Amino acid sequence: MMSSTSSAAAGPISDAGSGPDARRNSKRPKYSRFTQQELPACKPILTPQWVISIFTLVGIIFVPIGVAALLASHDVVEIVDRYETACVPSNMADNKIGYIQNPNISKACTRVLKVTKDMDKPIYVYYQLDNFYQNHRRYVKSRNDQQLRDKSKANETSGCDPEKTTSDGTPIVPCGLIAWSLFNDTYSFTRGNGEALTVNKKDISWKSDRDHKFGSDVFPKNFQNGGLVGGGKLDPKIPLSEQEDLIVWMRTAALPTFRKLYGRIEVDLKENDTITVVLENNYNTYSFGGKKKLVLSTTSWLGGKNDFLGIAYISIGGVCFFLATLFTVVYLVKPRKLGDPSYLSWNNNRGTQ
Amino acid sequence: MSRGKIRAKLRQERLRWSKLYTFNCARSNAEPADATEPFNGLQGPGFSRTVRCNQPGLHGRKPLSYPSNYISTTKYNIITFFPKAIFEQFRRVANVYFLLAAILSLTPIAPFSAVSMIAPLAFVVGLSMAKEAMEDWSRFMQDMKVNKRKVSTHKGNGIFGYRQWHKILVGDVVKVEKDQFFPADLLLLSSSYEDGICYVETMNLDGETNLKVKRAMDATLPLEDDMAFKDFNATIRCEDPNPSLYTFVGNLEYEKQVYPLDPSQILLRDSKLRNTSYIYGVVIFTGHDSKVMQNSTESPSKRSSIESKMDSIIYVLFTLLVLISMISSIGFAVYTKYGMPHWWYLQPKNASSLYSPSMPALSGIFHFVTALILYGYLIPISLYVSIEVVKVLQAMFINQDIQMYDEESGKPAHARTSNLNEELGQVDTILSDKTGTLTCNQMDFLKCSIAGVSYGVGSSEVEIAAAKHIASEISGSPGHNCFQADYWDKKDDKSSVIELESGVTCRIEKDSKTKINGFSFKDDRLLEGNWTKELNPGTLLMFFRILAVCHTAIPEVDEETGSVTYEAESPDEGAFLIAAREFGFEFYRRTQASVFVRESYPNPSEREFKILNLLEFSSKRKRMTVIVQDESGQIILLCKGADSMIFDRLSKNGKIYEADTMKHLNEYGEAGLRTLALAYKMLDESEYSTWNAEFLRAKTTIGPDRDAQLEQVVDTMERELVLVGATAVEDKLQKGVPQCIDKLAQAGLKIWVLTGDKMETAINIGFACSLLRQGMKQISISTMNTDFLNQDAKKAIQDNILLQITNASQMIKLEKDPHAAFALIIDGKALSYALEDDLKHHFLGLAVDCASVICCRVSPKQKALVTRLVKEGTGKITLAVGDGANDVGMIQEADIGVGISGVEGMQAVMASDFSVAQFRCLERLLVVHGHWCYKRIAQMVCYFFYKNIAFGLTLFYFEAYTGFSGQSVYEDWYMILFNVILTSLPVISLGVFEQDVPSDVCLQFPALYQQGPKNLFFDWRRIMAWMANGLYSSLIVFFINIGIFRAQAFRSDGQTADMAAMGTVMFTCIIWAVNMQISLTMSHFTWMQHLFVWGSIATWYLFLFGYGFMSPVISGNAFHVLSESLGPAPIYWMTTFAITVACNVPYFAHLSYQRLFHPLDHHVIQEIKGLRKDLMDEHMWTRERSKARQETKIGFTARVDAKIRHLKGKLQRKVSSLGGISSMAS
Repeated sequence: MMSSTSSAAAGPISDAGSGPDARRNSKRPKYSRFTQQELPACKPILTPQWVISIFTLVGIIFVPIGVAALLASHDVVEIVDRYETACVPSNMADNKIGYIQNPNISKACTRVLKVTKDMDKPIYVYYQLDNFYQNHRRYVKSRNDQQLRDKSKANETSGCDPEKTTSDGTPIVPCGLIAWSLFNDTYSFTRGNGEALTVNKKDISWKSDRDHKFGSDVFPKNFQNGGLVGGGKLDPKIPLSEQEDLIVWMRTAALPTFRKLYGRIEVDLKENDTITVVLENNYNTYSFGGKKKLVLSTTSWLGGKNDFLGIAYISIGGVCFFLATLFTVVYLVKPRKLGDPSYLSWNNNRGTQ
Repeated sequence: MSRGKIRAKLRQERLRWSKLYTFNCARSNAEPADATEPFNGLQGPGFSRTVRCNQPGLHGRKPLSYPSNYISTTKYNIITFFPKAIFEQFRRVANVYFLLAAILSLTPIAPFSAVSMIAPLAFVVGLSMAKEAMEDWSRFMQDMKVNKRKVSTHKGNGIFGYRQWHKILVGDVVKVEKDQFFPADLLLLSSSYEDGICYVETMNLDGETNLKVKRAMDATLPLEDDMAFKDFNATIRCEDPNPSLYTFVGNLEYEKQVYPLDPSQILLRDSKLRNTSYIYGVVIFTGHDSKVMQNSTESPSKRSSIESKMDSIIYVLFTLLVLISMISSIGFAVYTKYGMPHWWYLQPKNASSLYSPSMPALSGIFHFVTALILYGYLIPISLYVSIEVVKVLQAMFINQDIQMYDEESGKPAHARTSNLNEELGQVDTILSDKTGTLTCNQMDFLKCSIAGVSYGVGSSEVEIAAAKHIASEISGSPGHNCFQADYWDKKDDKSSVIELESGVTCRIEKDSKTKINGFSFKDDRLLEGNWTKELNPGTLLMFFRILAVCHTAIPEVDEETGSVTYEAESPDEGAFLIAAREFGFEFYRRTQASVFVRESYPNPSEREFKILNLLEFSSKRKRMTVIVQDESGQIILLCKGADSMIFDRLSKNGKIYEADTMKHLNEYGEAGLRTLALAYKMLDESEYSTWNAEFLRAKTTIGPDRDAQLEQVVDTMERELVLVGATAVEDKLQKGVPQCIDKLAQAGLKIWVLTGDKMETAINIGFACSLLRQGMKQISISTMNTDFLNQDAKKAIQDNILLQITNASQMIKLEKDPHAAFALIIDGKALSYALEDDLKHHFLGLAVDCASVICCRVSPKQKALVTRLVKEGTGKITLAVGDGANDVGMIQEADIGVGISGVEGMQAVMASDFSVAQFRCLERLLVVHGHWCYKRIAQMVCYFFYKNIAFGLTLFYFEAYTGFSGQSVYEDWYMILFNVILTSLPVISLGVFEQDVPSDVCLQFPALYQQGPKNLFFDWRRIMAWMANGLYSSLIVFFINIGIFRAQAFRSDGQTADMAAMGTVMFTCIIWAVNMQISLTMSHFTWMQHLFVWGSIATWYLFLFGYGFMSPVISGNAFHVLSESLGPAPIYWMTTFAITVACNVPYFAHLSYQRLFHPLDHHVIQEIKGLRKDLMDEHMWTRERSKARQETKIGFTARVDAKIRHLKGKLQRKVSSLGGISSMAS
């Protein structure tokens, strides 16, 4: 079978005893299947059957998953209310920045929401900001994790520029732009029948953050004491690990449009319920023209309302079905026998002999 | 001096050799020049060297300060290693870029932490430097091996002792013994022969295998034993060190006289003393001053064509990088100027210049640098290191290949540089040396023709195979061509008798008797004394006597066994003597005046032949003659020489056998044998003495026309000869050479032979290797006779050669027969014109059209020039293979240099990129390893660009969402690990273990090799397609993720995805996508590939899990990311799944389409193998194997085809002439 040189035919076994001169043979490579590149290997071959079945299989798996994901998304009830324009008093509509920056104007605002469909508890309350670059490099870097975690590291403010220290040089805890610009709108909810809906703000952050990243003995210090007040204030008596709004806020969002969890309403809402929201519109998004939205949403096993995953699955599945059909058709029209030597290049180029 | 001392044993050996040599070695009787009149040339610059013999201590110090004999070929030493090696490393553009990035990463401009930039760079540079250090170390060890060789040196007071080579100093007197190399350039003082000659083998210098004679001056002859050097004192003034091997100018001041020196007294380092017991010499040039070291050029660093192409891809990517960085920085400037003043949460008023809205242009420029670093993932730093690792491992497999291990020399193949592995798969032209590469420089007496009868039944392989094929066809075995691939296998038949067309019956038998070196003759008619029963025993006797007497060899009798070995000047002569001995004419003793032969038949007797004259062989005369007187007083002239020379000199009645002999000579020549014709002439006493008187007179003439006169006198004697017969000696090819050439030719490679030998020899070898065959049109280009060289003559020669070239090209163009093959044979002189600028393109054009090209009598420099011409003229990859120092230039010039390490002498190997023990290993080196390595590297590089584009572009897209601020969505550690750990091992396993077809299939289907030279796997279309695939993957990964994790909760308990979560999901998707992609690319999964591919994915999860459990100070927002936030979320797993599939659908569809409808050769073969069709349908398998070769006109198989066509044509003619039955042949 081997038509190669004679040493090729000599093979590994027959040479074992040859060579009287042992020193000379010391350079002889040792035989092993590894060094001779003869390891047993699995060599899958793409046959038409395989190709068509793989595409079909992917289609069969993907389309139902897509449908399930779409269904899950459709089960989610979501109420979105954009309020940043509506909450500006009409006389200040031309000077929204003046309005928001004036501490003397009351920022209270009332919104009425209508429940479009039954909402089962828990109902998650989010605020959604738009055009807010929480992912800006300057912003993302402006924090110090050591300081947040460890009481003794309060002086660790590296990276927190320009919200590092107060003007007299004492460190700010928590330092940095992220904490400084803490979101500070508040919402309170009442049902149409006057029943107050309590918003549970416990456990809205990741447990690991509370337990390990934000120290239970670290208290806010010098926070928002400087000349420039950014966003929300923190109660200096409550340790950081319990400041869940801060913890949620400090998880910087990936995109300029983001939602953050505000709390949970642990009551079922019925279709056509009206909900009155009394909110304090404190946070300045007017400077950069960002929207603010209040979102009430239930969740499914997949999370919130988003058809994208389902659509993606169905399209991929669809493409695979299409390809499976295409390959089947082309294969039926122009079949090729596997291992047909007439497809070898030397049989094509030379014509008939 | 001590001339009178007699050592009897020595005397016996010491023949007055100068008596044997009638012309060339005739000593000039010029008196030594007067001491007051020193040689003029030795005053000026360039001739300042002074050597005080026997006072070595003087030369190390000022003012001479000559270097010691220590040689070093290393690139670095301990001190220079770091600066030099680092400098080397940063000559790579990419490394400079990474260095700059690393430096900048220390400033706040950098988007990443400093360690993430510096660590990979340090790793890459460190690894490459470690490799350099290793290679340099092995060079150092080689040097040390040479430096530690020992030679006997004069230590004072006439005592000689062994000393290591590197301790030899200028002025030392050394004693070199037989078969030792000279340790430095020496001046020959005396030798074991009385007249101070010695034989030198200069194979390492110029590749010529014949021995050269060097002779000492008369003045120094008395220095013939150790004690003579006690008070020896002389001064040599000579030229400064220079690289010219064939010149030497200097003089020797000895005993108050000045003697001029010439090159014939100079023994060069790395040549070898042969046939001489010992010589004494004084060291003139040591170490790097020696001529051979002056000749050595630093080996150029070579890069494979894939690597150069990779550079252009890097440039493309670099352009892309600059482009997106520009977009990014412009975007950033715009955002900073118009957006940032409104983003109060960034406190724009307090921003440094990096983010200053008041200076957007400056910020933009800073950001440009940031972006260059951030998108640096487009230019994979790890590509270099991975390629380096892969190549080292590939080289290891080459070194470990047991089938390239040569049992005889005990040497495995060795990849000396690992840079060129993949280049092995793209070779187009092989330029090969002859002696020592194709042949082993050993002659075997194979056939002879005596008195018009051809003796010797060893038949050439071509004849056997062709006969076999015809036989199988006639006996009705099915299919055309179907057994061609098996010619070599079928030789295993115990014995077979084949009726050849010529009527000679050939018997092939396995060698059962122990073979005599140099004698493969088999014919019972002549052996064991049977020749006495032949028709013409007289002629036979004369034939054997010529063999036994007409030569210049010296017998060496082993005193214990009584067996005789011969020291001959050329290996042919040795073969004749052995043949004569086997026929019963044992030459056993030579004295000054006689040759003694022991004849066994018809009656055992010892005969003495008095040698009256010896007219020696020269390349011009092409014949050798002795005039002897036998015991009966009869004077006989015995002559052997080239057939053309002998046939011109035959007497009328000496031509009886001319026609038959001529026919036999042609047959032998076609079988690749070296032939010589033998003749004799009986002389009268008177006739001889008249001639001899004339001869003596001519010999003693002093004057310029002495040589011409001598030649004329000799010529008158060598006439009217009687032809006896002819010999055919096989210049033994190395094992497996014809087979290897056959396979290489079938793989579509062109083979050129460049040899220093003469044309006849080269042509014989061409026939033996099937590079030439009968029916091939030989185009021979040579110069006209040029005795006087003036300007016009030069021009005339040029024109003449141009004419020859254009005529030949024209002839080829007009040729209609598709089977016609042409061979170009050109000699060195013609080549020197053909290589001039205005002719070389014509020459190359002609050479490319010819099936085989043989250049003879080429100098080492011409070899290099031819190589360069082919390399640059055709733009294809060339491979040069050679064994001697004369091949070094060619080996260095070619894209790949291969040295033959089976023989002694290391120059070629030292200069080479790969070394193999035998020529035949080339087949496996190219067809198996080259093919594999090419595909591996090509696929690997393509994949590398794919994966880095897929990854790098996601960073860019994300930028657009962050106001181009330079924030990356991934954690720093993800990015570091991406190239270093998470995707590197699968690529390396692709680069090291991938096999499209197993090695035996590579060898069976040489046509597969053409995938490399045609560059099917690394053309721009393919590279671009891979890049587009990367672009597609990056889009899919990024935008599907953005779509899925937009704003809403991603878990059932309401949390939304932050940057860390999103980055982690995207990264997971990329890891899956690229690893799935590579597993689609692979066609060969051993447990290693499984481990690496699936292991990489598993490692990612393990890392993520572990990283999440590290202190949040380290892991930041990735703290508990897998265990707490992503792991429990079904959407995470579903996204990964969907994106992995989506990324791979197009490539999978492409693969399937190509495979199902436009399969490449290896696909079909994989299927055949996979379905075990090769076992079920052996007929088809054999047929395809025999067809799987490139259209070639050289090589054994092509030759057999030609022979078959020839025989068939003949048969057809015969048949049709017989009865017009034409149906049979169709």
